[in-house]
Amino acid sequence: MANDVTLAELLVVAASEAWRGNGEVLASGIGVVPRLGASLAKLTHSPELMMTDAEAFLVEEPVPLGPRGGYRTKTSGYMSFARVFDCVWGGRRHVMIGPIQIDRFGQTNLSGIGDLHKPKVQMLGMRGLPGNSISHMNSMFVPNHSPRVFVRGEVDIVGGVGYNPARWPSGANDAHVDLRLIVTDLCVLDFTGKDHAIRVRSLHPGVTLTQVQAATGFALESEGTPATTATPTPEQLEIIRRLDPHDLRAGVIKGNPRLGETRDAKPA
Amino acid sequence: MLDKTLSASAVAAALQDGMTIGIGGWGPRRKPMALIRAILRSPVKELTVVAYGGPDVGMLCAAGKVKKLIYGFVSLDAIPVEPWFRRARESGSIEARELDEGLLQWGLRAAGMRVPFLPTRVGLATDVMTVNPEFRTVRSPYDDGELLLAMPALKLDAALLHVDRADRLGNVQTLGPDPYFDEQFARAATRCYVSCEELCERLDLEHGDAARLNTVERSYVSGVVAARFGAHPTSNPPAYGWDMEHLKAYCALATEAGGWERYAADFVQPGDEEYLARVGGAARLSRLAPPVF
Repeated sequence: MANDVTLAELLVVAASEAWRGNGEVLASGIGVVPRLGASLAKLTHSPELMMTDAEAFLVEEPVPLGPRGGYRTKTSGYMSFARVFDCVWGGRRHVMIGPIQIDRFGQTNLSGIGDLHKPKVQMLGMRGLPGNSISHMNSMFVPNHSPRVFVRGEVDIVGGVGYNPARWPSGANDAHVDLRLIVTDLCVLDFTGKDHAIRVRSLHPGVTLTQVQAATGFALESEGTPATTATPTPEQLEIIRRLDPHDLRAGVIKGNPRLGETRDAKPA
Repeated sequence: MLDKTLSASAVAAALQDGMTIGIGGWGPRRKPMALIRAILRSPVKELTVVAYGGPDVGMLCAAGKVKKLIYGFVSLDAIPVEPWFRRARESGSIEARELDEGLLQWGLRAAGMRVPFLPTRVGLATDVMTVNPEFRTVRSPYDDGELLLAMPALKLDAALLHVDRADRLGNVQTLGPDPYFDEQFARAATRCYVSCEELCERLDLEHGDAARLNTVERSYVSGVVAARFGAHPTSNPPAYGWDMEHLKAYCALATEAGGWERYAADFVQPGDEEYLARVGGAARLSRLAPPVF
């Protein structure tokens, strides 16, 4: 069984842990792995989560990714973009997104690389990062753990807030900043270190702490030898495969490696 | 009886250099593209554009119509970054005011409510404050004393929307699953022009059963333009999905010398009737299936 399991599938299971015990919040997973993770969370350990059909309606049964064939979406409520913003600002949401850069404070960038006035590379823009990060739970997904993503200094353009005192003006309310997990292709990180420092929570099978540290532009905290990230159970795999009938997850990690397979060690 | 109908070119002619215009829709969804093409054919320039951007923003940037852009993103979804917008940003040819998505609608709401700003935490501790150096903070006058961003009103000289149905009086209906922030664009604007798939004499007599889908009341609608497939190449579900084939070809031109001139010659300059023929006609566009995510 284990030989059949891909790294992407392990990442889905790791991502689903972000939403455990969150209560009745909107679980938003942006991208294939986060969305499958949120769906898996709802179908296993946290059925109270709310999800959308990826358009404008709430569903009680997570919808499969891509063309749905005979699958009929059953809607239970409404979640237009206007309601998403109300939900964000009200704090009842947990989103997992894939930023282009993350720094040691958990600040995130989706805007671009270089000077914000004239970027070398323009990316999507702030999108919802400032609002999400200051209002509710946030997690991150990084399919290519490297110092280019986990940058040495600050991210080039701060879209999502983090635990960087220098960025917070006196009197601003940071009480709702709640950064949870970072799921990467090497490990799972969290923010439970000193003063919310980023800490290694678990290493994926076959990955070493040295390898993770070398792929990160700043020092990571860890206690002893971190745990090994849980391998998907047959039940979890069955759900993942049903939710992703077109195998979109196969395109998330280059070469779609199976667990235990050695991957090309490429410099970042 | 009121009759607010006019042509797309009359809408473009009503705009003046240096105006601030807001564009409804969201990324590659339900954009008033027939109105945008009319603007592209007109001499108007130096616009400040406020939008959840898609090809509307990309085309206006490509044609050099944009002086300043106020946006949360400019994306075609399946093509994450609008390439013409990317070019404009990377060459520094536009003044960019990047915002959080929620902050943008907050500024529109302030304008609609005719207050100078609305308070929010969103934007604090981020580069929203750096990219928008004119933004100021305000301290809560209550016991909490919290410091907040005073999001300034985003007042629009004109808003442009695309809807499914409209009548001559300016009543409008949007049938798609999400009205986006079209209502807030309309309320923030001095004048709002709406293009529609279907122009009716009287919505109350023809589609009164769908009045719940009224986007905004008619006092906010200054002009109505009949434009079947007026959102193409963006989507207007349930009528039609986006035209990814067309969008991909449009995007590919962004890296070619004279790419925009070619696109404009083929699809902008010829006008609406010829445009429809060149993109495959009504039969093809009706078959564009709304995307499934």
